[in-house]
Amino acid sequence: MNYTTKVARPWTSPDAPQGAPLVRSPLSSLWGSINGFFEWFGELGIFVWQVMRAAVRRPFEGRELIRQLDEVGSKSLPLVALAGAAIGAVLALESRYSLIRFGAKSMLPAAIVFSIVHETGPVVTGLVVSGRVGAGIGAELGSMKVTEQIDAIEASGVNPYNLLAFTRILACILMLPLLTLVADFFGVVAGWVATTLAEPLSLRLFIHAGFGGTSFSDFLAPTFRTAVFGLIIGVIACFQGMRSQGGTEGVGRSATSSVVLSSLFVILADVVLVKMILVFFP
Amino acid sequence: MMSLYQPGALRAPDNGHHGAIEKTHAESAGPAMVLQGLHKSFGAQAVLRGVDLTVGSSKTLAVLGRSGTGKSVLLKLIVGLQKPDAGSIRIHGQEVTTSNVEAMNEIRKTMGFLFQHAALYDSLTVEENVAFPLRRHTKMTPSERGDRIGELLTSVGMEGDLKKMPSDISGGMQKRVGLARALALEPSILLLDEPTAGLDPITSREIDELILKLQEEHDVASIVVTHDLHSAKLIADRIILLHEGNAVIEGTFEELEKSGDKFVAEFFKDS
Repeated sequence: MNYTTKVARPWTSPDAPQGAPLVRSPLSSLWGSINGFFEWFGELGIFVWQVMRAAVRRPFEGRELIRQLDEVGSKSLPLVALAGAAIGAVLALESRYSLIRFGAKSMLPAAIVFSIVHETGPVVTGLVVSGRVGAGIGAELGSMKVTEQIDAIEASGVNPYNLLAFTRILACILMLPLLTLVADFFGVVAGWVATTLAEPLSLRLFIHAGFGGTSFSDFLAPTFRTAVFGLIIGVIACFQGMRSQGGTEGVGRSATSSVVLSSLFVILADVVLVKMILVFFP
Repeated sequence: MMSLYQPGALRAPDNGHHGAIEKTHAESAGPAMVLQGLHKSFGAQAVLRGVDLTVGSSKTLAVLGRSGTGKSVLLKLIVGLQKPDAGSIRIHGQEVTTSNVEAMNEIRKTMGFLFQHAALYDSLTVEENVAFPLRRHTKMTPSERGDRIGELLTSVGMEGDLKKMPSDISGGMQKRVGLARALALEPSILLLDEPTAGLDPITSREIDELILKLQEEHDVASIVVTHDLHSAKLIADRIILLHEGNAVIEGTFEELEKSGDKFVAEFFKDS
């Protein structure tokens, strides 16, 4: 029996006809990029649909959800608190000189609180969590994918979209608002510490001046918009992890792309959500 | 070409230790698996081009072939991890290719799958890995589950390593734990993907002997994908040889060894 081994040339597509040019033209390269872009969104849509279908099916993976709440929430807490504190301190130091120049030094506590609660706290929390949790989920699921652990879960009759993806996404959605409150708290406290080191001011007076003009609704919309950030981080990281391929290099790519894409989409979503909040909660 | 179907004995009755495990197909008398006209391509590369095979109850079929001939793909098609482009897969008479997720998961509970690199869950201990299918598909009490895990790990010689993580045990030990996990739900079908790949000759023989022992004890129909001719000779009743997407020959090891076909002779040259 006659048999031959066909080896695809590494610089051409395996299905490229014989004699095809070795270097792709800029036009075909551009077409490939556009195609890949829409393909990615298509696959993301299918992934979200599969997670939604898995989410309404039994069993509810309570144990795994609790484990993920701990992974996303408790273990991100020190980093989020530190980031919030750093931002609060820097805001106090930077704003102080600007406000003194304009003769509005008394507005400093309100400026710090408003800035942290409305924008800095939610965005910093979203970006810190997308870095820590996005990379963690992308690498963990990517590693499980390339070592066939996800196949093993599916082969044993368990839905991996329910066990692995839905629990992580839900944990991100639930934990982001709570982590944002932590970042806000440490930001305000560090803002007061930085302010009082420059010019002594009691905490009571700082809080009174800072929160004097704010209402509960001022906290609500900005804090809960981070649930959308959690959704974005969870979906992107799980998607990138579960489509990982190509061994350890693929796991690295999944982790990196999880962080890059989730950070990018958090920033884009922030722009849209801020506009929506201004429209619906003027 | 000889038929692979050999009317097998009924599965051995449940030993009564694990009443919580449901056995939906345990008593079916027909062939355990019937694959007809299976086609599978990845892009322009056709991996399987119309593979037919039948595995009788309690029989072991070894699938041999060069690397990249679709042996592992065949197992993934059977367990529903991939969809064939065309063809039929019937497990205990039930069509896999048209089953929905729920039906497929029910079929999967009747199959045990040992992956090429064991695919143990690396965040779980040895004990938790074996407990995974039991927790999800049985109503065993913690004590019953503990007994069952102990029994399974004892049968593969891993009873002393319950609390170890997969990263702390060798490749051969991981295969043993993978086998215990595959057998946890008392499957009627066992799919083994290169069970001796990457192991030294002594450990390979130990794994082969373990598979033989488990086949005798659990009375399962098995498909073993392997490159190891000695392993195939030892554990398989029948052998099928895949080449260029087709099953080129099937029969016993001795029949294939004596084949006049050039490719088969080349393959069995060093046996």
